[in-house]
Amino acid sequence: MGFEIIMPRIRRELYNKEICACSIFGAMNQGGERVSASGVMKAIANMRVRGNGLGGGFAAYGIYPDYKDYYAFHLMFTGKSPQAKQEAKLELEDFLSSRFDVVNDEEIPHDDEVKLRDPPLVWRYFVLPKEGWDDSGIVPSEGDYIADQIMAVNAGIDNAYVFSSGKNMGCFKGVGYPEEVGEYFMLDRMYRAHTWTAHGRFPTNTRAWWGGAHPFSLLDTTVVHNGEVSSYGTNRWYLEMYGYACTLQTDTEVIAYAADLLMRRQKLPLEVVAKILAPPIWNSIDRLPEKERKLLTTLRMVYGPLLMNGPFAVIIGTTGRMIGLTDRIRLRPITAATRGETFYISSEEASIRLISPELDRVWTPNGGEPVVAELKSTKKVLI
Amino acid sequence: MRSFVFPEFQIIRDEEKCGQCRACERHCSFGVHTYDPVADRLVSDERKCAGCQRCAVFCPKGAIIVRPSPSYYRPNASWSREKIEDLKRQAETGGVLLTGCGSDKPFRIYWDHIVLNASQVTNPSIDPLREPMELRTFLGRKPDLMEIAAEDGDIEIKTELSPNLVVETPILFSAMSYGAISYNAFRSLATAACRSKTYFNTGEGGLPREMRDEFGRCAIVQVASGRFGIDAEYLNCAQAVEIKVGQGAKPGIGGHLPGEKVSASVAETRMIPPGTDAISPAPHHDIYSIEDLAMLISALKEATNYEKPISVKIAAVHNFAAIATGIVHAGADIIAIDGLRGGTGAAPKAIRDNVGIPTELAISSLDRRLRDEGIRNRCSIITAGGIRCSADVVKAIALGADAVYIGSAALIAMGCTLCQKCYTGKCNWGICTQDPRLSGRLNVDIASARLTNLISAWSHEIREMLGGMGINALESLRGNRDHLRGIGLYEWELDVLGIKGAGE
Repeated sequence: MGFEIIMPRIRRELYNKEICACSIFGAMNQGGERVSASGVMKAIANMRVRGNGLGGGFAAYGIYPDYKDYYAFHLMFTGKSPQAKQEAKLELEDFLSSRFDVVNDEEIPHDDEVKLRDPPLVWRYFVLPKEGWDDSGIVPSEGDYIADQIMAVNAGIDNAYVFSSGKNMGCFKGVGYPEEVGEYFMLDRMYRAHTWTAHGRFPTNTRAWWGGAHPFSLLDTTVVHNGEVSSYGTNRWYLEMYGYACTLQTDTEVIAYAADLLMRRQKLPLEVVAKILAPPIWNSIDRLPEKERKLLTTLRMVYGPLLMNGPFAVIIGTTGRMIGLTDRIRLRPITAATRGETFYISSEEASIRLISPELDRVWTPNGGEPVVAELKSTKKVLI
Repeated sequence: MRSFVFPEFQIIRDEEKCGQCRACERHCSFGVHTYDPVADRLVSDERKCAGCQRCAVFCPKGAIIVRPSPSYYRPNASWSREKIEDLKRQAETGGVLLTGCGSDKPFRIYWDHIVLNASQVTNPSIDPLREPMELRTFLGRKPDLMEIAAEDGDIEIKTELSPNLVVETPILFSAMSYGAISYNAFRSLATAACRSKTYFNTGEGGLPREMRDEFGRCAIVQVASGRFGIDAEYLNCAQAVEIKVGQGAKPGIGGHLPGEKVSASVAETRMIPPGTDAISPAPHHDIYSIEDLAMLISALKEATNYEKPISVKIAAVHNFAAIATGIVHAGADIIAIDGLRGGTGAAPKAIRDNVGIPTELAISSLDRRLRDEGIRNRCSIITAGGIRCSADVVKAIALGADAVYIGSAALIAMGCTLCQKCYTGKCNWGICTQDPRLSGRLNVDIASARLTNLISAWSHEIREMLGGMGINALESLRGNRDHLRGIGLYEWELDVLGIKGAGE
């Protein structure tokens, strides 16, 4: 007899944000020459004191020339037991095969001699969306479709995380010092890339969560980040409105998604994106000529929720581009340098000098002003 | 009929100090104090006292103390003194009990159960005395995305933008009409708003013609169900137009202005005959549904040449979040929500103290609702009803508001003591009255300076709190519940507020 009235209870936003400080390093060969990871591993190892061995990672562009037309999904299956990992993998593969054509998949090679804490099962899949993915006509682009599927996996399948998803690029990360993670994945022996970025992490908590290491990525956008975003809650709700599920419990994720939203989906030029993430202060804007003032005012008005507040220095990588940016009042260090065709961005100059003692140019970029390295020739990349 | 109601206040006069100067007699419009020439002393009729403290503040000798009188009744948890005396008053008059100001009932004040965050070690706090700290806020519709054409480094905005209000601090003066408050109080609010680079809201009583040129640039004009004082010039002289659907102090009913307060000038501004009651209908008689509101919004946009944001003010009631979502779809650029503790010049006490929900809960659920619908950027939220200090403003913004309206706080800055007798028109402080003898007591220069000081003080405090959280632009706090924690709240309350408990 009777009715049962169910009052839907809105969940509180009970996410835990991890806090960390870090070292970041990036090197791009603008001529498109692909090099091994040994230099970047040496450089990031030199900033060991900026990390505490609880997270390191690398992003590499140009590593899968044989599969350059396929999305390379790097998956992490966590879980306490091998069975749990396998279950997550089966569930993921079920999901994947219903939506994608998988042309190749394999466990990502690693060196078991390198002892890292609780390594998950790490697998890669080279995929293309199944024909007919756009039949519904409501998904604006293939990239959006892929991004939606990644969000679905990360938010919906327990113990399975897509941590890399671009074409001809890949992220490698884990719990350990970055050079250990590099050795674990044998980056110096297995891969050659024209652009490498790297990250060493100093989280304040000790939970060994591989997904929490940097880089964070979506499609071919990767982010390594040093800082704490005090606007996290604001950035997060804005991105969630555009379908980005923030599941990795770290503020770096919001920078990756913001970069994806602005650069890939809204196709805003890089100068504009930098002014959104780290806008000039009103006092400076108000003094500009009318046209610029109007542009910057409008950007702050429309994209206020994407302002990244608090201290940060980031290296954002995309295919053919590497961007360094610090917060608007420059609370975290960043140094840029060039030598020949190689462009470096680093937390510390010493790391750059270590692998390239002679430099053509070294400078400290201003707060909110992006430094951009671009591939000059794509010929070598496409070989 | 003899009244059985005891005096609410006790007046204690120190005869040693009293110099028989009769200042108290002159100051009290309620006629409490009279001079007895035979005894050469002042006597007080406590039954008339509103407890506004005017005599106590202005007694040159400091000889007067006015304090709530103790209850004479046998203590009774159910039949409090207030309940007994309200009942007696109704038995004596047969009428609706009127009151003024916001509800004074002990509903939970959520502001006082929320604490703020500060940076330690991993993130530097920012010193607002040495670093920029930005409070500039835009109120109005923002596009979903911006299209930009870039050619040879020349960047041009392609997206057509909606008009927005710009405030240099997220505090606006809430709707208080000329008629409800005196001309001097009204003008003080306008002056302070312009000086503080924010806005005042005219309320539903129109904007006196001679004020339009000077103060139109910092005015939000209201269109309420009574349509008082509205013409094309009124709409166009201001920077935004607000449709008043509801008021937190009296959701579901319209404004009340007794004929006694309708002076010649009020009558002219409102476009009604002098001395007539200005009673706004409970609903807008051209809005019986959401599509009707959409039409009124369109009509106002048309009338103002699409140059001004249109705000819709509603009272926070049970289903308001769904209603507000509809209002955004209907084309509103700003939603003002007025909570349970919002003030009024006159409202039935039964309604003021029993209808609506607290604004803290309202902001949070509205913000979340609009985010879930993916339309949070299409409107700004201004919250009203119970903002008492700068910390309340910071908490409101972290819960999702874009800015706040202050009403009672502004009146208190001018001298109001929340005696709740606004509806009598006898305000001794010259605020809520049209009696020239009383309103002349409020000096526009002084009152506007007090208001400007208040805004400046709160803005400084907001900067301090932001800097402590490691945030240097207010937009990074908006909806940032990460910086809030609840203390002493039930699980469901934390859920509605969307915040964690302290220590979680």
